[in-house]
Amino acid sequence: MTTRWTRKDLLGLRELSADEINFILETADAFKQVGTREIKKVPSLRGKTLVNFFVEPSTRTRTSFELAALRLSADVINISAATSSLTKGETLKDTARNLEALHADILVLRHSSAGAPQFLANRLKAGLINAGDGAHEHPTQALLDLYTIREKRGQIAGLHVVIVGDILFSRVARSNIFGLLKLGARVTLVGPSTLVPREFEKLGVEVSHKIDEVLPKADVVNLLRIQHERQRREYFPGIGEYIRFFGLTKERAKLLKADCLIMHPGPINRGVEIDSQVADGLHSVILDQVTNGLAVRMAVLYLCGGISV
Amino acid sequence: MKQVKQRRSGPAVPIMDAEAIRGSLQRIAHEIIERNPQLTRVVLAGIPSRGVEIAQRIAAFIHEIEKVNVETGVIDVAMHRDDVGTRSELPIVRESKLPLPLEERTVIVVDDVLYTGRTVRAAMDAINSFGRPARIQLAVLIDRGHRELPIRPDYVGKNLPTETREGIQVRLQETDNEADAVWLERER
Repeated sequence: MTTRWTRKDLLGLRELSADEINFILETADAFKQVGTREIKKVPSLRGKTLVNFFVEPSTRTRTSFELAALRLSADVINISAATSSLTKGETLKDTARNLEALHADILVLRHSSAGAPQFLANRLKAGLINAGDGAHEHPTQALLDLYTIREKRGQIAGLHVVIVGDILFSRVARSNIFGLLKLGARVTLVGPSTLVPREFEKLGVEVSHKIDEVLPKADVVNLLRIQHERQRREYFPGIGEYIRFFGLTKERAKLLKADCLIMHPGPINRGVEIDSQVADGLHSVILDQVTNGLAVRMAVLYLCGGISV
Repeated sequence: MKQVKQRRSGPAVPIMDAEAIRGSLQRIAHEIIERNPQLTRVVLAGIPSRGVEIAQRIAAFIHEIEKVNVETGVIDVAMHRDDVGTRSELPIVRESKLPLPLEERTVIVVDDVLYTGRTVRAAMDAINSFGRPARIQLAVLIDRGHRELPIRPDYVGKNLPTETREGIQVRLQETDNEADAVWLERER
């Protein structure tokens, strides 16, 4: 087990070792406990400035990062695509260099292009946290998923995790696949063949197009949102058909093991990928994911922001 | 064992053996009993990792002497330190565990070595984020001097005036898998 952290950036889980992932999860244990104190704030990043730079819209990830930074006593600025000079033709690099000229210490970037965080991390002194880049990676979401599974089931190795839905367009799925495999889980991807092509098997996961066969064998089911904004019509015929073949309806939920966990990165489309009764049911740990997201992001900001490079 | 020897860069001189450490902690237990008539309101809060073990041992001595179970806890200081951002690698942050509420209680911070006082300052900040104890006291196995803050210990196992270029290494069976001992390194 590593006992030291040495990175200023978190770009994805693909580049992290299992030890580094476990290091973040253990650090998050300590920060989760801060949320239960009378004073839910520690001075770790006092005097540091964090910029939430969200070129693509997001509410829950941005507010989670913002609250995490505030609990670490950092100063926070939020910039969205609409309010940034990107709309005036400034390049991403120039915008970022301007932020650095203001002595920002940590940049949290959400961008529609895969690789944008890497591009900036190579050019900036500030620490860079990827908050989702295109269909590439969303490391903090995967870390909070891993944290939640570990918290509820004790460990990750040996568990069978099923990820259902729009895998092709999902950065959450990619980051989860890397993290889960590194920590020794078995991963099965389920969805229509247009959204879950067999190519994914090369990553070391199993692929299935029949959810009813997979659900009884799952220890964790992670449902992904059907991303209307990234979809074009040709990927599946319609919502009704998707529900019929892949939606986690209350009838299908009867196939689940008694201790199976239901996860969803949110926002959920009730009645589409998951029925309301299932989302609010006993298997569901969806709100634990939100709470844990705060602890995991505090850990990541503490580690990357606390390093002197 | 091997790792420890690698860490010792200069010649090391034994300062305390297991028996001396035992005697010191037993004496600290007696002093805590003397100064805190209401032992049930005392919390021994160890700073990881050796402070936690030392707190357990002091609690055991107090139980031996007075047949009272004193509460113990863990106070992690990593996230309250003032040098974050100046280090090129970060140690793991541990979870703090204190019996709550702290109001009306006496929290005794326990650590192996007292040096600059910055760790104790961070521990006091951490404790205050859990609540407002009636008082905070400090117990250390070794006080080696060189304070950088106005902090003094209430209970000391051994006063050991040192030079800054010297180092103190405390080894405990439970945390280091090595016989209890305190070593003085001549040069670091």
